[in-house]
Amino acid sequence: MNITGAAARFSFATLLRNAASGHARWSRQWRSPEPKRGYDAVIIGAGGHGLATAYYLAKEHGIRDVAVLEKGWLGGGNTGRNTTIIRSNYLWEESEALYEHALKLWEALSHELNYNVMYSPRGVLMLAHNLHDVHVLKRHVHANRLAGIDNEWLTAEQAKAFCPPLNILADMRHPVLGAALQRRGGVARHDAVAWGYARASDALGVDIIENCEVRAIRRAPNGAVMALETTRGVIEARRIGVVAAGHTSVIMAMAGLRLPLESFPLQALVSEAIKPVLPCVVMSNTIHAYISQSDRGELVVGAATDQYVSYSQTGALHIPVHTLEAICELFPAFRRLRMLRNWGGIVDVTPDRSPIISKTPVPGLYVNCGWGTGGFKATPGSGQVFAATIASDEPHPLAAPFSLQRFVSGRLIDEAAAAAVAH
Amino acid sequence: MLLIHCPYCGARPEIEFRYGGEAHIARPSDPSALSDGQWTEFLFLRSNRKGVHAERWRHTHGCGRFFNALRDTVTDKFVTSYKIGDPRPVPDEERR
Repeated sequence: MNITGAAARFSFATLLRNAASGHARWSRQWRSPEPKRGYDAVIIGAGGHGLATAYYLAKEHGIRDVAVLEKGWLGGGNTGRNTTIIRSNYLWEESEALYEHALKLWEALSHELNYNVMYSPRGVLMLAHNLHDVHVLKRHVHANRLAGIDNEWLTAEQAKAFCPPLNILADMRHPVLGAALQRRGGVARHDAVAWGYARASDALGVDIIENCEVRAIRRAPNGAVMALETTRGVIEARRIGVVAAGHTSVIMAMAGLRLPLESFPLQALVSEAIKPVLPCVVMSNTIHAYISQSDRGELVVGAATDQYVSYSQTGALHIPVHTLEAICELFPAFRRLRMLRNWGGIVDVTPDRSPIISKTPVPGLYVNCGWGTGGFKATPGSGQVFAATIASDEPHPLAAPFSLQRFVSGRLIDEAAAAAVAH
Repeated sequence: MLLIHCPYCGARPEIEFRYGGEAHIARPSDPSALSDGQWTEFLFLRSNRKGVHAERWRHTHGCGRFFNALRDTVTDKFVTSYKIGDPRPVPDEERR
């Protein structure tokens, strides 16, 4: 794989050798090249999804003349800001197929990339607090099992046995009546996912160009894309894949397109580090709380989106306060913890809360967006099916239902109604 | 938390309000004449502007009335708010 002088493969031997030399001789893991005059394909956005797209273009489709443009730094957007939950227990068949495809790729991803992404299938527990929740989650369990996806129903007592700090007392404002558990769900290290894909795609010849903001899209007389005007000069490309998350509308407007997207701030926060206390991921859609414990010991908490369109990467305090009130009731032992950091990321939300992986009316322009509040879990699958869509100019079978056409035909994949929450 | 100026009640904290999405999207006057593409545009397509954005708010826990506002989506700062039915004001930034 070492065609561009990139770093050598990691192995136990390289680890021993570098340990013996005091870890002072590790080389750079990817290059920082100047942009070339043009590329076969350019990906806009060097987050997890964009880098994964470039990796699979190079690896599976032999398209190695690829650049990934990033206006900030690699993995500095939502990839570095999310709460890293991985699961595939969606309701509709189209979503089940897409997210389960991604989950299967997660299971082998560290090996595939020769980079430890710290995928940890510790189980995702989704709590039910009322009869409606019980019905909805049981429906998910049955739908998932029919699709061959693991998901099981636990009573409140079984949920507590699986997750001992959970409060299941009946006098809670929102008592726990049971839970759906996907054991193969879990978390991964978000930065490592971006770094692993960056290193592996760089080794295949992909140029990752940071601090390079796209300003305009140049079109040929027939309407097809021709080049990008960027802060680092003009870059020619016949094929452009937009993977710009919250800023997708801004990029697509440069090609005169309006998308069914709105961008909202989504907040998350972490506590001080404590000893291992929370053995799994716990989610509650009804009282809107998501929590897991990182390997450093911090409790990682996901809150809701703010209600208004914004690009500010910050939100109002009452949103995390609401989430923390729920967490404190579910886990009374966490009440005295201090929160260390709170931040926001800008998420692009579609009307049906399902992503868009699609060709566009502009020839040569492709878009992968609308992952809303839950894109991290799909990173490998999203990149793979989007790369196939770009390479063949035909939607990958798993991506086909997620095209822009569904907003014309009305065939929405309504995960918002299915879960009654943004995820 | 945003401090929002309701044209009827004055400045109040954000928790008294509900967001109503992009403003000035007119309901089709003859719905049965619309093509699928025109329905897509009305129902789903949004400008999602980075910059001054015209949007609807409802003072749910106050007077209960809808109004429109211009807000910069980069800084979250309100430019102005105005009554439903009034035309979109032209802020200073756009005059220059």
